[in-house]
Amino acid sequence: MLPDIPKEKQLVILRKMLMIRRVEEHCIRFNEEHTGLLRGHFHVYIGQEATGVSVCDWLNRDDYVFTTHRNHGHVIAKGGDPKKVLAEIIGRATGYCQGRAGTFHVAAPEVGIIHTSAIVGGCLALAAGTAYAAQVKAEKTVTVVFFGDGAMEEGVFYEALNIAKLWQLPMIFWMENNYRRATRAAGHAATELTNVPKALGVEAGVIDGMDVGTVHKTAAEVVGRVRAGEGPLFVEARTHLWPGNAFNMPKLVGGVMEIAWAWDPNKAPERVREWHKDADPILKYVRDLERSGVSRDEIATLDAEVRREADEAARFALDSPLPEARAALQYAFAGKGN
Amino acid sequence: MPQEITFGEALLAAIDEVAEQDKSIVLFNPSFAGEAGQEKLAAFRKKYAARIKFPPIAEIGFCGIATGAAMAGLRPIVDLSTATFSYEAMPQIVNEAAIAYSNSGGNTNVPVVFYLKFGIRGGGGVQHSGSPQSWYWNTPGLQVVMPSTPADAKGLMRTVLTKSQDPTVFFGHERLLDNRGSVPDGTFEISLGKADVKREGNDLTIIATSIQVPRALAAAEKLSSEGISAEVIDPRTLQPLDKPALLASVKKTGRVVITDESHDNCGVAAGLAAIIADEGFTALRAPIRRVSIPPVPVPYSVPLEDYVTPTAERIVEAARALAHIKNL
Repeated sequence: MLPDIPKEKQLVILRKMLMIRRVEEHCIRFNEEHTGLLRGHFHVYIGQEATGVSVCDWLNRDDYVFTTHRNHGHVIAKGGDPKKVLAEIIGRATGYCQGRAGTFHVAAPEVGIIHTSAIVGGCLALAAGTAYAAQVKAEKTVTVVFFGDGAMEEGVFYEALNIAKLWQLPMIFWMENNYRRATRAAGHAATELTNVPKALGVEAGVIDGMDVGTVHKTAAEVVGRVRAGEGPLFVEARTHLWPGNAFNMPKLVGGVMEIAWAWDPNKAPERVREWHKDADPILKYVRDLERSGVSRDEIATLDAEVRREADEAARFALDSPLPEARAALQYAFAGKGN
Repeated sequence: MPQEITFGEALLAAIDEVAEQDKSIVLFNPSFAGEAGQEKLAAFRKKYAARIKFPPIAEIGFCGIATGAAMAGLRPIVDLSTATFSYEAMPQIVNEAAIAYSNSGGNTNVPVVFYLKFGIRGGGGVQHSGSPQSWYWNTPGLQVVMPSTPADAKGLMRTVLTKSQDPTVFFGHERLLDNRGSVPDGTFEISLGKADVKREGNDLTIIATSIQVPRALAAAEKLSSEGISAEVIDPRTLQPLDKPALLASVKKTGRVVITDESHDNCGVAAGLAAIIADEGFTALRAPIRRVSIPPVPVPYSVPLEDYVTPTAERIVEAARALAHIKNL
């Protein structure tokens, strides 16, 4: 379903989701078409765009968002600059962290993403920390911590959740269940993961994370309630693993997505056809928009604009200089301190 | 005929040989093999399926479970994969496994092995490039093993699994895993606390650990073309440490470069330098030089990462400077 907002705002959401998709496609292409740009593992947000974009639509610039090793999408959803994201992914001096952080740790303090950890569960307690700070400072900011199902296997999840509840911290535990862990090993004894927060008295719900309207509505409610002092709350948004994520390193198994697959799914390559037809949150949203009267031309034009912008961002990243080698010794400390 | 196998395959082979006989060996998340050894790893996992667990992402939990199981008579081998993931398990490794024998007045043995893939791997960035060997060396009660060759890896792992009753942190550098080397036929053990001279020389000593050994050997080759004869010595284990062998080499050459891939401050090189200053001072004819990582989190971007990596070139520069210092 469509979110209950004016059409132009609905299209802003589409634009952001498409931007994430196009940026992630470039990220994978960096790896597939170049040697040595991405030297280690990386992770992409393809297939989860609906949750990040819909949640961040209800957040202000000074609200805090914490993310994971799968951070590129959240940074863009929160208002981050695709140029600086792609530049950071390939270690350029023009990236958000001047090339020090790389794909795993893109952080963008200017949009409220002040630190990113690639350690599973690494940000859960930190998020409770920014929520605590907001409480102490009597600010109305909320903190949203995005994490995956795997993070609930870590002890810090329980500790942070328990303290957040005891102290009534203004934060949302937003779990994006992409079933990545479930494809490898059953990592959790609970059959319903939301039973875990419920046991601590934290209100928790499960939603379809592939449907923009559903996520947007839930996000409006939980952000509003947490801002009003009813935190913490917990949401499990269920997503369907994008076929290109089923490997150790993401692969563009169906090539770059064509927007026309929304209305002509049989044009999609076989390996990804079913996913784009039944699961893809972007193409599903496109079909919802079309049914509400947005023309295919309008959607195709918007996608073409986003692609151009993403292409420019990728070009910017590739053309950007690497940091000076000697800069390696900077930033261990903010001050001299010794 | 000695075989040529990789570092990763050597670890697997050592564990396989012992586990066949010793049913008390259990494994959590065995992934030792590197790229080249994937087939052997698959076969190993199949063979020992009944004794292998792939626990949830819960390091503090499964390291504690392994420690407890060791106290109860099993011999667990925990592959933590990336070394920095062991930071999530610090309380159990450092504050339980390491102290239990001492705390019990010598009654409780903890023969657990924590295997850590460590070091600057290329693009690992601030959270996946860690070298915590000095932290563990700084923890009484833990044995610290860091071999540089497949043969040493195999022989040391066998000793740990057959002779040791103490908790062991076993380090394999990411960039060593696929290195090939000759390994003697049959079963063999290498004693813990026995250093190995990897190249003999007279003008200066390079003490090198793990990945720094091949780098030091490359440096020694370069130095020899400049007329400087460098001895390369590998302690192979930090705890126990073969002090006599290191001091004997320093006594012979009077000049020493120490290289390890942990950070400069309170790093392994610093610890070894202190021992040489304490116990080998009169043999020194020049200051001790360290080649390790400057005190900054390992950055992601290529030029930044290269800048902090203790390369063969940096060892050569340090050695060259020492060799030209006249007697103190």
